[in-house]
Amino acid sequence: MSKSMKSTYGDEGNYTQSLKVKSTILTVWFIILTIICLLPIYILLINATRSHTEIANGLSFFPGGSFGANFKKITSDNTFKLSYNAFNGYKNSIFITVCATFLTVFFASLTAYGIHVYDFKLKDISYTVVLLVMMIPMQVTSAGFVSFMAKLGLTDTYWPLIVPAIAAPAVVYFMRSYLQSSFSMSIVEAARIDGCSEFRTFISIAVPMMKPAIAVQSIFAFISNWNNFYTPNMILITAKIDKKTLPMMVSSLQASDKISDNGAIYLAIALSIIPIIIAYVALSRFIIAGVALGGVKE
Amino acid sequence: MASAAQRRIKSISYAKYGYMFIIPFFLVYFFFQLWPLINTFIVSFHGNGLEEAQKQFVGFDNYKVILFGGEARAQKQIHNSFVSSLGNTVILWIGNFVPQIALSLSCAVFFTEANLKIPGKEFFKIVMYLPNIITAASVAVLFLQLCGENDTLPGALNQLLNKIGIVSQDSAGKYDTVRFVTGTTQSRIVVMFIQTWLWFGNTMIMLMSGIQGINPSLFEAASIDGASSGQVFTKITLPLLMPIMSYTLVTSMIGGLQMFDIPYLYHLGNDVNKDLKTIAVLIFEYFHADGEKNKMGYAGAASVLLFFITLVLGCIAFYMTSDKDAARKKKERKQMAKKLKQESKQFGGFSI
Repeated sequence: MSKSMKSTYGDEGNYTQSLKVKSTILTVWFIILTIICLLPIYILLINATRSHTEIANGLSFFPGGSFGANFKKITSDNTFKLSYNAFNGYKNSIFITVCATFLTVFFASLTAYGIHVYDFKLKDISYTVVLLVMMIPMQVTSAGFVSFMAKLGLTDTYWPLIVPAIAAPAVVYFMRSYLQSSFSMSIVEAARIDGCSEFRTFISIAVPMMKPAIAVQSIFAFISNWNNFYTPNMILITAKIDKKTLPMMVSSLQASDKISDNGAIYLAIALSIIPIIIAYVALSRFIIAGVALGGVKE
Repeated sequence: MASAAQRRIKSISYAKYGYMFIIPFFLVYFFFQLWPLINTFIVSFHGNGLEEAQKQFVGFDNYKVILFGGEARAQKQIHNSFVSSLGNTVILWIGNFVPQIALSLSCAVFFTEANLKIPGKEFFKIVMYLPNIITAASVAVLFLQLCGENDTLPGALNQLLNKIGIVSQDSAGKYDTVRFVTGTTQSRIVVMFIQTWLWFGNTMIMLMSGIQGINPSLFEAASIDGASSGQVFTKITLPLLMPIMSYTLVTSMIGGLQMFDIPYLYHLGNDVNKDLKTIAVLIFEYFHADGEKNKMGYAGAASVLLFFITLVLGCIAFYMTSDKDAARKKKERKQMAKKLKQESKQFGGFSI
């Protein structure tokens, strides 16, 4: 490059260089953020494999060898059994979560389909109602909810945790927008001409076409149900340990003074979040895309 | 001309299927959401304590006590705890929203800037969203462990501070720990940190999709005109991102009013830390208490107040997200039609 050219294009060189510097600084910053995001979880997993005395002696970034001992403690120790039972926790949480997720997604699709496809008098009003109730948080209605459930005698049962999942306005809203963008009425008309019943049209034509939306919403419904602590905590008031959900068991570890083995506590916490982390790693692409769509309310 | 068969098809009404399809949703909605909401209003006009007292109608007494206190000490206490929990909620919300929006906005802007070469953007996004999917109850208990302040058995954070040299250790092996759990400011900072940690990835991805929705030719034009990245940010990105930012603000406010899991669980012993008691925790404690201590009426009244705050915020959010352009155009069209009609009248009923 000649001197004159350098003087002319010198700025250009500076520009790319400053971009490079900026990119490097930002990458370092993002790496720091990543470490902050992961550090608590990493310490949790490491400490789950270390013994109580090892944890008391100081921080370490390498796993210890007490995983087996900790595991034995949380499954067989008597004080632990009073408040924490991983096997029962998994069973109850999975049962509630799967039922609630299925109901949410199925009935939300059904409602969105009903509002989108059919013309009826209350169509617009019903959709407005759906939009209005989207914003009402559970915490506002919970006092009335609990007193109503107590009157019905449904406290300490799973019904109030599963059945309300049918009415999920945010999911209906999402499904309706999806239908509006990618579902044409002529398909329904074609099915009618072929003599397909209305419900069958929904099951065997609409549901397969809504699969992407259903997948995204199932993932979010699953996560939010699995993580739900508020509702079970107010409904399963006097329930025995074998009916409690996993987040409830973890929270009871916090209140207990009798458990003094930190390694075991770390392992107990780890067991409650490992399944969801594995699911997240496997499905992260869908989840990120779903968040970007604004498909999550919470 | 329509044949007889065609007319018959047209006359078949499918409306009943529409009702059939949406009825389960509305039945469940009525029983498990609308009725509890109405019931909350009913409960708020009734007494506190045992079952008989809960059946007694007391009018607006609960509201009066909550908002203005009363003569009795117990009533003053209820008023004070309501005010302080409202204050805690606001403090904790501001303390988590400000860093959260700053962090997520800067990350979103840098991620979407086309000329910057940042490797592994997808990976960063996935990691930053990760905290959001972890059970909040587990997170609270985890941070309680990490921030432990026991003299002889400090948590990981105090150990780390000890290594750096901030926390000293005396000859008997006792640590001079920072009170991350019981201290007022410290515990609030920890809870703010947890909330930010949980939510900034979510906000970042929402803002990123907002930025990607901006017409790229605007950025192109700006770069051709020689705008610096600061100018692009203040003159293009920020103004066009305002609707989604304000939406995030309002939804985050509504979410902040519901803040429950972490403030409720982040304490030692049996009682919730009074510096962290948010309004949702207060309501929960009121209706959850047994027998004499039960304060169902106060819980209902506090919920109703919370409901109205949420309603106002929700209306703002609805107004912000509604298509203002469409509404304006509709108005203009109406006016134009009116004008045309008038003009046509002036010209003796002939339209031009």
